[in-house]
Amino acid sequence: MPKLTIDGIEIEVEPGTSVLQACERLGIEIPRFCFHDRLSVPANCRMCLVEMERSPKPIASCAMPAADGMVIHTDSEITRKARRGVMELLLINHPLDCPICDQGGECDLQDQAVAYGLDHSRFQENKRAVKEKYLGPLIKTFMTRCIHCTRCIRFSDEIAGVEELGATGRGEHMEIGTYIERAITSELSGNLIDVCPVGALTSKPYAFAARPWELKKTDTIDVMDAVGSNIRVDSRGGEVMRVLPRLHEDVNEEWISDKTRFACDGLRRQRLDRPYVRENGKLRPATWDEAFATIAERLGALKGDQIAAIAGDLADVEGLMALKDLMGQLGSPNLDCRQDGAQIGGGPRAGYLFNTGIAGIESADAILLVGTNPRWEAPIINARIRKRWLLGGQIGALKVGVIGPDIDLTYRTQHLGAGPRTLQSIATGKGDFADILGAADRPMLILGMGALARPDGAAVLDMARQVADSCGLVKEGWNGFNVLHTAAGRVGALDIGFLPGDGGRDVAGILEGAGSGAVKLVWLYGADEIDMTALGAPGGDGAFVVYQGHHGDRGAHRADVILPGAAYTEKNATYVNTEGRVQRARMAVFPPGEAREDWRILRAFSDRIGRRLPYDSLTQLRGRLVEANPVFAEIDRLSPAAWGTFGTEGKVANPGFASPVANFYMTDPISRASVTMAKCVQEIMGQTPAAAE
Amino acid sequence: MTSAATTEGAAQPETFAFTAENLERAKTIIARYPQGRQQSAVMPLLDLAQRQSGNWLPRAAMDHVAEMLEMPRIRVYEVASFYTMYNKAPVAKYLVQICRTTPCWLCGCNDLARAVKDVTGAGVGETVGDFTVMEVECLGACVNAPMVQINDDYYEDLDYDRMVTLLEALKRGEMPAIGSQTGRRGSEAASGPTTMLKQRPKPAAPAVAGRGDGDKG
Repeated sequence: MPKLTIDGIEIEVEPGTSVLQACERLGIEIPRFCFHDRLSVPANCRMCLVEMERSPKPIASCAMPAADGMVIHTDSEITRKARRGVMELLLINHPLDCPICDQGGECDLQDQAVAYGLDHSRFQENKRAVKEKYLGPLIKTFMTRCIHCTRCIRFSDEIAGVEELGATGRGEHMEIGTYIERAITSELSGNLIDVCPVGALTSKPYAFAARPWELKKTDTIDVMDAVGSNIRVDSRGGEVMRVLPRLHEDVNEEWISDKTRFACDGLRRQRLDRPYVRENGKLRPATWDEAFATIAERLGALKGDQIAAIAGDLADVEGLMALKDLMGQLGSPNLDCRQDGAQIGGGPRAGYLFNTGIAGIESADAILLVGTNPRWEAPIINARIRKRWLLGGQIGALKVGVIGPDIDLTYRTQHLGAGPRTLQSIATGKGDFADILGAADRPMLILGMGALARPDGAAVLDMARQVADSCGLVKEGWNGFNVLHTAAGRVGALDIGFLPGDGGRDVAGILEGAGSGAVKLVWLYGADEIDMTALGAPGGDGAFVVYQGHHGDRGAHRADVILPGAAYTEKNATYVNTEGRVQRARMAVFPPGEAREDWRILRAFSDRIGRRLPYDSLTQLRGRLVEANPVFAEIDRLSPAAWGTFGTEGKVANPGFASPVANFYMTDPISRASVTMAKCVQEIMGQTPAAAE
Repeated sequence: MTSAATTEGAAQPETFAFTAENLERAKTIIARYPQGRQQSAVMPLLDLAQRQSGNWLPRAAMDHVAEMLEMPRIRVYEVASFYTMYNKAPVAKYLVQICRTTPCWLCGCNDLARAVKDVTGAGVGETVGDFTVMEVECLGACVNAPMVQINDDYYEDLDYDRMVTLLEALKRGEMPAIGSQTGRRGSEAASGPTTMLKQRPKPAAPAVAGRGDGDKG
């Protein structure tokens, strides 16, 4: 192991460590623009120059591997002079427009110019001007500010896997862009804004909206997919201004998907900010008292099995627990959290989790994707698979087989078949890929909702379990069986058993019951993805529908009573991601108007009908959660789930698997209300979005 | 540097495909590189495509090359836009590139530009009739300055009158002799040989015709 001296301190580092990383180990900060921890090292900005003894000139510390006996000075006159020179050259063509630049206040160039910049320019000529580029509805460009660090090019090539950005022209005329004007077709393109060290690439929806020092920053959890990306919500007043990623090595590293980042403007539109009651066929604003009274009146004479509850995809565990307890008090076994009808849950926890873990993907050597399009269902997980695939040569090539639609996932895949029959043949050990899985040291199977949310879903699940057993996916220290959820609230709901009780109805049963008149009251907790027509026309013979949620989406349109709830940025809530990782979301802003945190609504209503839920505070409710399932005692920790038997043997149908996400940019009430997402659909996917209902 | 040949916005043909003959050539070129390194053939292939398309490189041609070499299109655009020898917009039958770097400038390249303007009517960066005129950086024939490159050939040791003669000949459809226009061989001293006079061999046959690398000697 090389031992070197940095500023008089001796340090021993792993072979292959760069001088820059060695400096960081000692807590010495080295200025840099082009170097990024997760990207390749081009060493073209020269800002990280340091003095090395016995070297005729300063060295680029990001690209120089630490070697035995090196003596480095990071704060010598030579180093400072070199950096000042580099900074002066960078600023020759960089405009002095910090006051009108969105990066101002969080700009690497601005910060480092304070340390190494001159107080005047010696450059008499005109600065170079570059035309702005069009990169789609998410990224605003101001290419005159570009310092050609090429981080954006490397990000799109390496992480996002879409080689669309490049440097065209040469010398003074070099420009970063797509050459042919077009929107970047990546689900991760928003991260380009984060990797850009200057104000060349900034957020288009957030343009000129706020300054970083005006914002309140709240660390929380994303709910746009089931990854549970760690995010920071920046808010000002009562408004969410933007969403940024937060570092979590085991979940999202430092990336987030475009939906996570840009759908937040949906939080301002179509909001339910007061209760509504349907009168003479029309919804009219009401007070909480009126709304509760209306429900209580309807509820009065109903028997338990005439009542049902359906939970939506964005539901938090606290609200679900309160609703489940309320249904218990009312004697109803009819509750379900699987709006899409996925045949999952009920069995051992390992049967519905992404057991390998997202970070575990990096050690996998064969992956079978069944009925899923991870690029749209969980872009962050897809980026991990790509990361592993790129490691290929170093730790053995990754083989990816796909059963389902044959799509470009940004890495090489082998399309095995379209539907359950292919899975069946693998389960019986036939075909090349069964051998690949069997021979693999760390095999993985990723089962998507496209394979489970269908009438034969339970049989498909059973088959996938057979593959896991026959191909040795589950072994000591490794569980390669994975379910990729699409709903952020799903795993948490399954963990507390928000499923039909004894003799209870599932979603299909509830809808059927509502049609036949057997179910008279349906409580929709943010459930918007079900077929509302099956509930009958409002005010008619159909069921009485209570919609508790935050957006005036499909559910609210059908509702007889609307109870305004809180969106994910407006409540202290628990979510469990697809891995089974319990994470806490924090309140960034208050719910709008009279809207309230969801568990409080349910607690207040239970009091009103004289069946008070036994918790008065969030702490007590969380105690109840731990009682229901001990996994809730451990926050942000993965404990291996015990393997078992799940799925139901049965006949499978012929049709191929289809991904449940037909439109990446609009999957839930928040993203459907978002103007930015609508623009993405139009400009990136080239579709005209259906008018918001 | 103003350059007519990089002007964007030209009408682009919809499609491009190599002719059968060029496809054979392309395959030969690709086969020169080891397996898995076929992308190295991008520059000769772009050149081939440019020659086929009438001395310019339509976008469809770049896309075709990208597809052929299985590389992302942007990587081909990067190469094509980096090198000035690829013309991204149509040029006339004769692309006159006047070298205006210091040695040629000292030896009177401004006169050449004037001659070109007088004869063809095209100023730098313009296209008139059969002539597109560009100014370029050093073409590496400084010993025989001033010089111009017309399509593939170098014409050296020019002045106003010789440039006029040269262009008139091109206008008449003739093929003027390439290389030095004063008759000196290669880049030997303008005043005739000055060293090794005794060992000097008998004048050989004229230098190999074809490429006008005037300073090869």
